[in-house]
Order: sequence, then C-alpha cells, then structure tokens
Amino acid sequence: MDNPFGQHFLGIEGLSPHHIESLLDRADNYALLNRSRKTPRTLLRERTLITLFFENSTRTRTSFELAGKRLGADVINMSVSTSSVSKGETLLDTAYTLNAMRADLLVIRHSHSGAPALLAQKVDASVINAGDGMHEHPTQALLDALTIRRHYGTLSGLTVAICGDILHSRVARSNILLLNTMGCKVRVIGPPTLLPLTITKMGATPYYSMDEGIKDVDVIMMLRMQKERMQAGLVPSSREYFRFFGLDRRRLNLAKPGALVMHPGPLNRGVEIDSNVADDPAQSVIQEQVEMGVAVRMAVLEKFSQIKAQP
Amino acid sequence: MKPLLLTNVRLIDPKSGLDKIGRLLVKEGKIAAVDMPESEKLPDACEIIDGQGAVLCPGLVDMRVTVGEPGYEYRETIATAAEASAAGGITTMAILPNSKPAIDNPALVTLLKAKGEETHSVNILPYGALSVGCEGKEMAEIGLLQEAGAIAFTDGNKALENTRLMMLTMAYARGYNCLVVQHPEDPSLARKGSATRGELATKLGLPSIPAAAEAIMIARDLRLAELTGCRLHFGHVSTAEGLGLIRQAKAKGLPVSCDTAPVYFDLNEDAIGDFRTYAKLSPPLRSEEDRQAVCQALADGTIDAIASDHLPRDVDDKRLPFAEAAAGGTGLVTLLSVTLLQVKKGDLSLSDALSLLTYRPAELLGQQFGTLSIGVDADLCLFDPDQNWLVEAGKLPGRAQNTPFDNRELPGVVLGTWKAGRRVYARQSS
Repeated sequence: MDNPFGQHFLGIEGLSPHHIESLLDRADNYALLNRSRKTPRTLLRERTLITLFFENSTRTRTSFELAGKRLGADVINMSVSTSSVSKGETLLDTAYTLNAMRADLLVIRHSHSGAPALLAQKVDASVINAGDGMHEHPTQALLDALTIRRHYGTLSGLTVAICGDILHSRVARSNILLLNTMGCKVRVIGPPTLLPLTITKMGATPYYSMDEGIKDVDVIMMLRMQKERMQAGLVPSSREYFRFFGLDRRRLNLAKPGALVMHPGPLNRGVEIDSNVADDPAQSVIQEQVEMGVAVRMAVLEKFSQIKAQP
Repeated sequence: MKPLLLTNVRLIDPKSGLDKIGRLLVKEGKIAAVDMPESEKLPDACEIIDGQGAVLCPGLVDMRVTVGEPGYEYRETIATAAEASAAGGITTMAILPNSKPAIDNPALVTLLKAKGEETHSVNILPYGALSVGCEGKEMAEIGLLQEAGAIAFTDGNKALENTRLMMLTMAYARGYNCLVVQHPEDPSLARKGSATRGELATKLGLPSIPAAAEAIMIARDLRLAELTGCRLHFGHVSTAEGLGLIRQAKAKGLPVSCDTAPVYFDLNEDAIGDFRTYAKLSPPLRSEEDRQAVCQALADGTIDAIASDHLPRDVDDKRLPFAEAAAGGTGLVTLLSVTLLQVKKGDLSLSDALSLLTYRPAELLGQQFGTLSIGVDADLCLFDPDQNWLVEAGKLPGRAQNTPFDNRELPGVVLGTWKAGRRVYARQSS
C-alpha cells in the first residue's frame, strides 16, 4: 500500500498540515481505545518491531514497545550495552544485520544527528526516528501537539513558548517545525549560550528573559536542563538557572490564565521547574503527554507498517 | 540637613555643556537649582559657601578601583579608600572583584555596597567576577550577581584567557545586557614580565612583556564581541596598537568602549628609572610613542573614560627586587590632577577632561551619577585648577601610599567634596 509519508519517519520536516492532522486524528482514536482497553491487537500481527536504542531512554523506549505490543507486533528490544556495537560494530554493520533478520520496523534512538537517516538508506524496514542527537524527535512533537489539541481543540493561532536548552534540544527543533506548520506562534526562551540566534530562521522568536517570553502564551513547554551543560560552562549554576529560567508559580501567572504546562520528562525539579507547578493538575499536562505518547506511537507504527517491504 | 548654596563658582557640567560662573543650590541632599539667578530668594537657614571662582563639577566617577577588602585589608579598606576618594573629588567608585574571596557571590556584592553606605562619603559600585574566583575556569553567576547589584563583570586585573569560556561568558552576559570588562593582556605573553619590552627592559635586564600582548587580547575579544553582541569594555588601555584596534571597532559600530589611567598618558617606561618599584604597574608603563598615542586617543574620543586604576600595595609588596615586586599604584588622590595636566598642555578642554571623569564612565556603568542636574544627588567636587600641590608618598589620605607620582607637583587642588549634599572633604588651609 502506498504511504503518502514515505517509507521512513525521520522527522517533522516535510510533513504537511494534512499529514500531521491525519496522524493526530489516528492517535486521538488510539488514545480513546487505550483508555477503554480495546486496542486492535491484531493490526501489526506478524510484524517485527525492533527498538534500537544507542542512548538510554526508558520512557521513549517503553512507550514505543507498548505501542507495538498494543497493536500486536513482535517487539524486540536491542539495547546498546548488549549489542555488538559495544564490541566495535559500526552502525551500518548493525543495519545490515538487522536487515538480514527482516525486521519490519526499526525504532532508533542515537546520540548523533542523522544516524536514523543513515540507517534508512541501508535497510528495507521502515525506520522510525526516536530521537537523533540535536536534530529531531518527531514523535515527541506529535504527542505534544496531540496533548495541546485535546485541550484547545486546535493548534492554529496558539502561542507556544519553548523554554530552556534550545541549542541541544531535538524536542525543540521538532516542535518548532510542527507548531509552525500548524499555524502556531513559537517563542523560544533561554540564555544566549543555549539559544542559537539562527533559530529565528526556523520560525521561532527568541527571548532571553523568561518573564518577557512567557507573557500571554497559551502553552509553556519546559525542556530538561542537563547537568552537563553546567559542567560545559554554558550556564553558571543550577540555582542561577532556576532563578532566571525556572518555571515557578509567579512566572506561570504571567502566561494566559489556564496556560498548559508541558515537559518531555524526566523532570529536574528545582532546576527548570518547580514541583508545585509540575504537579498542579489544573495546568500541568505532563502525565497526559506520557499517555498521548503511546497513542501517537501507535498511530505512527500503524502508518509506517503499511509500507512493509515486499519480499 | 541645611540647604547649601555654592556661590561664585565656575559651574562645569560636561553632560549638559554648562560652563559658566554661577551658583548652585542643594536641598535635602539633592541639587535644587543649577546656575541659580542672583534674584532668586534663598531658602531659610541656607549655608553659603563662596567658591571664589573655583570649578564646581559633578563628583568624579572612578570606574576602576581595587580596594583590599575583603581579604587584604592591610592594603586598603573601603573606609580608607573612601577617605582618599573624598580628598580626590571622587564620589563614586566602581570596585574590581579581585578580592579574597573574589566577588563571585551575591552576598559579597551586598556586603560591598553596605560597606560603602557605612562611609557616607562614596557610592560603591561593585563589579561582579566574570569567572568563579576570577580564576578563568568557570563562568560566575552573572545573573544573580547582577540582581544583587553588580554593575558590570570582569576578572579585574586578570585577563580571561580561555577563548571558549570568554565567548560563552560574553554570550551569556549579553542575555542580561551586561557590560563585560577585560584586562587586555595576553597572559601567556605577559607571564612573569615586569616591564614593557624594549631598550630599557633589555638594559635593565628585566623580564619583559611585548606591547603586542595588549593588541592580541583586544583583537581576540573584539572578534568575540562581534560574534556574541556583548557590550565589551577594555580597562587601562596603554598601547597605540590596542587603541587603533578599538578605534576601528568603534568605526564599525561594535558595542565597544575603553578607559585608560593617568599613568599611561603622563608617564612612560622611563619612570621605572633604576628599578623604581612604585612605577611597576600592570600593564607596564609603555614607550613614549605609546604614551603619545594614549594622549591622542583621549583627544579624539577613542578613550571613553579615565579611571584611577587604584591598586593599593603594602610597602612590603613593593620593597622587593623589581621583578618580584607587586605591580600597581595608588591613584585616587591624583586622578583629577594628572588629568588636568592634559588640560594644561592644551590636549584636552577642561570640560572634555571632566567628561572623561564624570558622566561618561557613569553612563558606561549604566548609572545616573556624574552630572549637575536638578533632582539628582548633590555629589560635587570643588577644585582650583590653577593651584598646585606636591604629591608626597607617606602623607597621602588613605592607607595606600604607593604612588608613581611621588614628589611631583601637580595642578588642581580639591577644595571640597560633597556626597548627597553632605560635605565629606574640606581642604585644610595650610
């Protein structure tokens, strides 16, 4: 069957609003089925899904595995520590090996931007990008979009602030691309050491002041602040970071009333977000993001399993 | 506080261009009238001081001062520095952060400001450290320091050597619209040097520092300013080549400024004579060509401010073989007088000279000081530009006495200094 998306799902870039809406619609449907525990467990029967994680991510890997299992796929997890990569095998060696095993779907997470794209050139399976370096994390952007759409009914016309380490964030890049495509206004907020000025070319407006950037926004997406960034000298300390870029109640009140608080997890409480904001059921949708993650990944797996390579 | 009228004074306010004989009224610590007409009625119980034609200008703003507090109180404390500054007509001092501990913690910024307030005679504007401990290894908490009151960021009389860290720090500082101040001297070239490279250093057998050490650091940092958009200031610039680079950068529109210190436009390397350690400074005194280039840059506006570069040293720090002696000189009491030498020579107008000592450094530091405007604090300096005085190390106000101008007769006697309308210095008639 033809798939208008192409064989692989490597990023948000290139997707039309129609593509995105169709995935979100499907995911919405899966969200309902998940809640009613009526998932179509035969849809991916006899399909093999391999999750190939060169970087730790329990959350994303589990979400993909659960999505595959709820659709009835045979799910195999290959983690780096047990793979031949640790013995010196290259990414392409791994690709050839997996190809020979005739997997249908390869979900890959890699610390280098472009690794899934390289793999996609060499395998017959559909490659799903589960996060590559600082490049893209498309299913995260989709699950964020789904979460927002469920609250506002639409994405168009909303103002979304993405706050924190934009420079190193694949989540930010995918979200900027998706939100722009869907007609949102996107702001990015962070210290200049973590905010590349060229981000404006991607369609986001930069702010160095959290108070200014967060003013009157509909959605606040917080990003995880890695300790390595402080060790690398990009930010002087976590106390300074929290003081100027952390989301607390006072800052949240600068956004529109009822603005959604989002975070891709895992949270650094007291570094980028205050617990009483993160855990506030009135505005925080962090748990819902996790739930939507499974639904979105089911929609993606469904869509990209439809182009299973013919023997 | 009684109202105060300073009458028969030459009012000079470089910011507004005012320069005329007149009178100035102070009420409740603020300037209430500038160039007050004779016909206007004085407030009740007004104290009147006849300036006898002396110059009344804004209290000087010294943007580059080291004190010994905390950590080196035997060299100078804020209280003793305040005493010296009052005698020099200075009412605002920006304090470099190279103390022990360095000013890399918001609590220390608060402490310095409080110490300044205790003196009631000088505004203390603390710099924050650019790197933790001024050690050039990790970025300091610039945002928190600024929030506590740090007015700009520098590692004081140490250059931040690591190019990557400098770039990141400048980029980060830009987010807070902070001014970054650099000591323009490549440390790897300056290491262990004690005099400027040239004939004299060779003759005396002193380890030397090439003048290019300054230009190399300036060139690097100008490039980083271009890259990051950060406001950048170079302290005590002393070479023709360095000033040439800054001149070009300004012409390109880069957000760059610089200051120099009196020692660099009045003295040259010859002042070290036969190993005179009071003239051992950082950067070292330069060649005559460089000195003349500094004079030229003062006149053409390349240099934005004159700072005392006050660096107090103990006698024991100086009473050592030249190469081992500590670098640095006192400068608070002589700041105005040595600058007036340039006026006497005809290189600068009096108003231009005072602009370099008052509102221009204040504006660089984002402060409102340094002007005679109605409603601002009455920070004032009254001085006689035509009267001379003898600099005598050992008899200077304040604790530090290591002046390179020892035994020089200088013009410009400060007759009185007022801080927020309160007289903090009065010249004793001899």
